Amino acid sequence: MKIQSQVSMVFHLDKCIGCHTCTIACKNIWTDRKGAEYMYWNNVETKPGTGYPTRWEDQDKYRGGWRLDQKKNRLHLRLQGKWGTLGNIFYNPYLPTLDDYFEPWTYDYQNLFDAPEGDDQPTARAVSMITGKYMDTIEAGPNWDDDLGGSQVYANNDPNLDGASEEERRQMQEIERVVFFYLPRICNHCLNPGCVAACPAAAIYKRGEDGVVLVNQDRCRAWRMCISGCPYKKTYFNWSTGKAEKCILCYPRLESEQPPACFHSCVGRIRYVGLLLYDASRLEQAAKAPQESLVQAQRDVIMDPFDPEVIAAAKASGVPDLKIEAAQQSPVYKFVKRWGLALPLHAEFRTLPMLFYVPPLGPVLAKMNKGMYDTADADSEGLTPMMSALEKSRMPLRYMASLLSAGNEQIIRDVYRKQMAVRLFMRAKTAKDVPAAEVEKALTEGNTNAQEAEAIYRLTALPTYEERFVVPAMERETAVEDLFPALDPVARNYPVHKGEVGIGYRRDPRRGP
Amino acid sequence: MSDIILLAVFPYVALVLGIGGGIYRYRHDRFSYSSLSSQLLENRRLFWGSVPWHYGITIVLLAHLVAFLIPGIWARIIAEPLTLYTLEVTGFALALAALIGLSVLIIRRLTQPRLLAVTTTMDWVLLAVLLLQVALGFWVSLFYRWGADWYVHTSVPWLVSLASFNPQIQYVASLPWIVKFHLLTGFFLIALFPFTRLVHVVALPFWYLWRPYQVVIRNRKM
Repeated sequence: MKIQSQVSMVFHLDKCIGCHTCTIACKNIWTDRKGAEYMYWNNVETKPGTGYPTRWEDQDKYRGGWRLDQKKNRLHLRLQGKWGTLGNIFYNPYLPTLDDYFEPWTYDYQNLFDAPEGDDQPTARAVSMITGKYMDTIEAGPNWDDDLGGSQVYANNDPNLDGASEEERRQMQEIERVVFFYLPRICNHCLNPGCVAACPAAAIYKRGEDGVVLVNQDRCRAWRMCISGCPYKKTYFNWSTGKAEKCILCYPRLESEQPPACFHSCVGRIRYVGLLLYDASRLEQAAKAPQESLVQAQRDVIMDPFDPEVIAAAKASGVPDLKIEAAQQSPVYKFVKRWGLALPLHAEFRTLPMLFYVPPLGPVLAKMNKGMYDTADADSEGLTPMMSALEKSRMPLRYMASLLSAGNEQIIRDVYRKQMAVRLFMRAKTAKDVPAAEVEKALTEGNTNAQEAEAIYRLTALPTYEERFVVPAMERETAVEDLFPALDPVARNYPVHKGEVGIGYRRDPRRGP
Repeated sequence: MSDIILLAVFPYVALVLGIGGGIYRYRHDRFSYSSLSSQLLENRRLFWGSVPWHYGITIVLLAHLVAFLIPGIWARIIAEPLTLYTLEVTGFALALAALIGLSVLIIRRLTQPRLLAVTTTMDWVLLAVLLLQVALGFWVSLFYRWGADWYVHTSVPWLVSLASFNPQIQYVASLPWIVKFHLLTGFFLIALFPFTRLVHVVALPFWYLWRPYQVVIRNRKM
C-alpha cells in the first residue's frame, strides 16, 4: 500500500444553473492573453450537446485516452505507441485544429465613434484576434450550443447518444420532453493522465504532493501530443508562444489555502473541493479493470482516511498529518466513496479522472391533466410515481451511464434511487405528505438510512464554505524542511529538487511580426 | 585570401556562434526552445509540407554525417557501382521531397493570414536560407556526379582538418564555386541556429522511448 493524497473536486450537477461564472473567473485570471484567447480551461457545456471542442468525446476522431489490450492485459495510448509518437512528430494526424474550437474574435468598437456621418447606424464588425482581419461570418464560439441552441445539429450529434434508439432520439426532440443539463468541465487531474503519457519531452508531470497536473513551460517543445493524448481535450496549444497550457487547479491559490477561482465564483455552490487518499500501488490494476467495473475499481483505489492502517501507510509515504486530517473532513470523500453519489466523467477513457459528478435528477415523464401537471403514473398511490419514473426519466439512463459510469446503468440507477430516497425522506419531514412506510421503503431501495439521508441533504443543500472547501495550505516552504530537518532553515541550503514552473511567461514571448 | 577567410575562418566563427549561442540560449531562455508548431492554425497543407520536408532533410543530413564519420567504410560501400547508383537515386528522391516540402511550407506561410500572424522576420530568413541550401545541394547532386564519391575525398578531409583544428583548405579550394557556396551556406545555417527556431532540431525527444509513461515530480532529495 502506497498512500498518496490528491486534491479533488465534486460537481453537484443538480445545483448547476449554467451561468458560466466559473468560466469567466477562470478566463479573467488565466487565459486572457495572446495565444490563449480560444482556451477555456473551465467551460460549461449543455448536455446533450457536442461540447468544446466540438465532439470532444469522439475518440475515433481525436484518439484520446487509453485502450486496453485484453489479450496481453496492457494499456496503450489510443493515440499511438512511443515509436508512433516519434514518427508522427512532424505532423500529428489527430490534432484538433482551431476550427474544432473556434476562431477567437473581438469587435471593432472604435468604428462606433469614428464612423463618418451616413444614413445608417455604424456597426462594430467582428475582428479576428489572430489575424486582425474582419470576420464576415462567425461560425463557432465557445458556447455555440448553449441551452440546446441549434440542437438539431449539435445535441443530435452528441456521441453519448450513439447507443440511443430511434424512439429515444425522437422523444428527446419532442418539445414537451426536451431535457438538458449543464456539465462544467475543467482538467480532471487524472491518476493515469493521457497527456503526461503522450508528451515525448516529459514536460507534463503530476505534482506528487497534491496531484495537480502541470506543463513545464520551459520543457515543452510544442510536439503537441498531449492535446491528442487527453481524452477530455483539456490541454490546449498556445498558438503564440508555441507551448501547451492547461488548467493548473489554481495551485498558487491552493498553496495559500484559497480555493480555485472556478470554485470560489460558483453561484450555485455546486462545487466541493477536498483531499482524497488513494493507493498508488493499485492504480495500474484499476485502470485495467473491465469497462463495466471501472467506476467501482476507481472507488476501490480511494482509501478510507479513518482506517488506522491507511493512516499509518500515509504517514510512511510522507503525507503530512494536516492532510490526513483534511482527508477525513473531505466533502469529496463523502460524495464519492461513503455515499457513492459522485461519479467520474467517462471512466472508459481509463485515465482515472479525479473530478467527480453527482448526476442531476432529471425531470420525470409528466403530462398536463385537467390543468394539473401530473407525473405519468399520477393515478397510482404515494411514492410509486417517483420511483417508477426512474425508468421513465426523460434523460435516458443509458445516456447518463454513457457519460458517468462507463455504460454501467446499474450504477446510475443506484445513485438515482439514493437521491430519490433523500428527496422523499426530506419531503416527509417538511411537507409531511409521505407515509412513513413509503419513506422506509425508499430508504431501503436507495440503500441508505435516515441518518445518512439527513447528512446527504445537509451537505447538498446547506453546506457552509468551510464544509465545501477543505484543503490545508500546502506549506511548500516548510515541506522542504520536513525532508531535511537537520539543515539550516535560514540559509535554505536544501539539496532538493522542487517542481518546476507550471505556467507563465517570465519574459515577453516574442512571436509574430 | 578570401578562400582562407571563408573556408578556414568562417566555419569556426559559425561553430562558435552556433554552439555557444545555442548553449547560452538554452541556459538563459529555455522557454524559447520550441518547434513553434503551427498545426493548430493550419492542418491540411502542413501535412504535404512538413512530412516530406522533415523526413527528406533528416535522412539526407544523416547521409552527410555518416560519410563524414566513417569515410573509409562509406568509400568501400559506394565502390560497388550498383550501390552507388541506388544511394544517389535515393538521396536525389529524398532531396526532391525536401525541396517540394519546403516550397509547400513557404507557400503555405505566404498565403494563410493565420500563419502570417505567427511568422517572424527570422522565420523568413531561415526559410530563405534553407531553400537556397537545399536547392544548391540538389543542383550539385544533379550536375556534379557522383557526389557520394567525391564528397569523401574533398569535403570530408576538409571537415576532418577543421575538426582537428588544422584547417586544410586545399581539399576544397579548387571545387566549383557552387559547391563551395553549398559548404558555406551549410556553416551559415549552423551560425543561424541559436537565432532561429532551428533550435528544435536538438530537442528531438528520443528519451521518450525509454522513459515510463507517467511522470510524477515532488520535492525530493537530489
